[in-house]
Amino acid sequence: MKALVFIVSRLYRDRSAFLGALIILALVVVALAAPLLVSHPDAAWAMNPQVRLRPPGGEFLFGTDRMGGDIYARVIYGARITLTIAVVAVGVSLLIGVPVGLVAGFYGHWLGEVLMRVSDIFLAVPQIVLAIAIALTLGPSIENVILALSLTYWPWFTRLVYAETQSLKNEVFIEAAMALGVPPWRIIVTHILPNVASPIIVRTSIGMGFTILTAAALGFLGLGAPPPAPEWGRMISESREHLPDAWWYALAPGLAIFLVVMGFNLLGDGLRDILDPRIRRAQHGRG
Amino acid sequence: MPLDERHAGDAAALLRVRGLARHFPIRNALGLRRGSVKALDDVSFDVRPGETLGVVGESGCGKSTLGKTLAGIHRPTAGSVLFEDAEIAPLQGAARRVVARRLQYVHQDPGASLDPRWTIRRSLHEPLIVHSGLSEAEREQRVRGILREVGLPPDRLDSYPHELSGGQQRRVGLARILTLQPRLVVLDEPTSGLDVSVQATVLKLFRSLQRQFNLTYIFISHDLAVVRMMCDRVAVMYLGRIVELGPTDAIFKDPRHPYTRSLLAAIPRIGGPRVTDGFVLEGEPPSPGKLPSGCRFRTRCPNAAPQCAEADPPGRTVAEGRVAACHFA
Repeated sequence: MKALVFIVSRLYRDRSAFLGALIILALVVVALAAPLLVSHPDAAWAMNPQVRLRPPGGEFLFGTDRMGGDIYARVIYGARITLTIAVVAVGVSLLIGVPVGLVAGFYGHWLGEVLMRVSDIFLAVPQIVLAIAIALTLGPSIENVILALSLTYWPWFTRLVYAETQSLKNEVFIEAAMALGVPPWRIIVTHILPNVASPIIVRTSIGMGFTILTAAALGFLGLGAPPPAPEWGRMISESREHLPDAWWYALAPGLAIFLVVMGFNLLGDGLRDILDPRIRRAQHGRG
Repeated sequence: MPLDERHAGDAAALLRVRGLARHFPIRNALGLRRGSVKALDDVSFDVRPGETLGVVGESGCGKSTLGKTLAGIHRPTAGSVLFEDAEIAPLQGAARRVVARRLQYVHQDPGASLDPRWTIRRSLHEPLIVHSGLSEAEREQRVRGILREVGLPPDRLDSYPHELSGGQQRRVGLARILTLQPRLVVLDEPTSGLDVSVQATVLKLFRSLQRQFNLTYIFISHDLAVVRMMCDRVAVMYLGRIVELGPTDAIFKDPRHPYTRSLLAAIPRIGGPRVTDGFVLEGEPPSPGKLPSGCRFRTRCPNAAPQCAEADPPGRTVAEGRVAACHFA
């Protein structure tokens, strides 16, 4: 609790990180309150071919798409899809990556080697390529996008946690706990995990931005949620045929992706500065 | 022949170490074994209940490896360790951790042995949570009792390690170990890094805790003056082996092994001869990965003779309760 108050107060002072936090807060509010922000419940799915490709203004704040759908409503509901994908995919990556990294880093020997070589295989292929391959194989749906992103993102957490655990393992207080007869699982959970929490939090925030970008790319390539779903990446993809005349078509979803990814990155960078005691000290030095 | 064998040792020994070895592999670029560093090589000695056994020697002689191997941080490569009449050398995992309750190890810097994110209270409760079934209230009572014994006010319980002074951190480190009521405590360089006044207080504390909790100490140090003051018996180590072992007074008065003699000559004394006058050691000890043939001290020994290159001198009883590993002792 004390730590949370500390982080919030530091964030408030770091302007760019605070901006990032505000953007993400806005994303969450929009996703939760989507039905309240649109004129009628299925505005995001309604098609009115007679009003297709209307420019922004009047009844349609961000214009309409090729089917006469309200782009404003679709972007609002798209926040739900984006947030779901990012939270679930990064959550699953955490659940796989952190324990694997802890075990591999703490035990070292052959088990650790095997786990790390497996994660190296995943890291050797660019994430987007691997995610495309998985999504293509499984077919386009939100569930498969989440699966593809989880399967390709967990090794980043493993690498990070592995490196931190390895250096912590040589700390005197870990050796002392072992000499005291504390069982290994207890050392991992009570001593090592809290000491690697900061980098994990930072990586989670940056990973969210990264995952949203990759999810949008998959949507753009037609590998995301199937057509009626208001998915930001797919909306941009659809707009290509109507550019440059219907300039507003890609504007709102594009801006949404840009803002959200930037928000997570700003917050991640800010958190890194706040949680890393070395940088904190350097800032004190500068006054 | 292992040191101390003829001197069959006390039947009542608390700890009986025989032929203890700890080798660290040296690997080449491909990770293949290329040789080994014999950090401990055929070490044998007894520890009697209630005594303080000093272990002295230069840096790299294996003092700390000895302590860590006894404490179970390193696994012995060979040899036997009888603790309270039970063999503990081959034990691993949960069975070894149970022994830790009675045989404890204090790090050189007990402050660094505390998790920086934990309060002192949490660090002191930890060993009791692991080793005892006491309730939280009972643990708190025990912790407060021990804290009083080591001379720390109970309001320190809510502090973090970095908020304590070096001496206070050491007291917490000791308290953490004493909560388990051990029989044998390995103190690894317990006075290094403390200024002299704090050092005296800490040593006094060791003494009074020893009496109060009926502790037996293995006191690892390179500070001969402190060892002379604190220890009943002394073991002198050179390159992974004990070269001389005996009562402190006898060894300081009449060292038999040439290595012990040169170590003692290195103690500065007011009004005494210059340190460099009696100092016969030259150069660095050879690498423990490449030991000389025969006696391992011969490359630096002033009395080296041809037979020293041929035969590794076994430890022999040279006087009542004294053992030395030298052909001429």
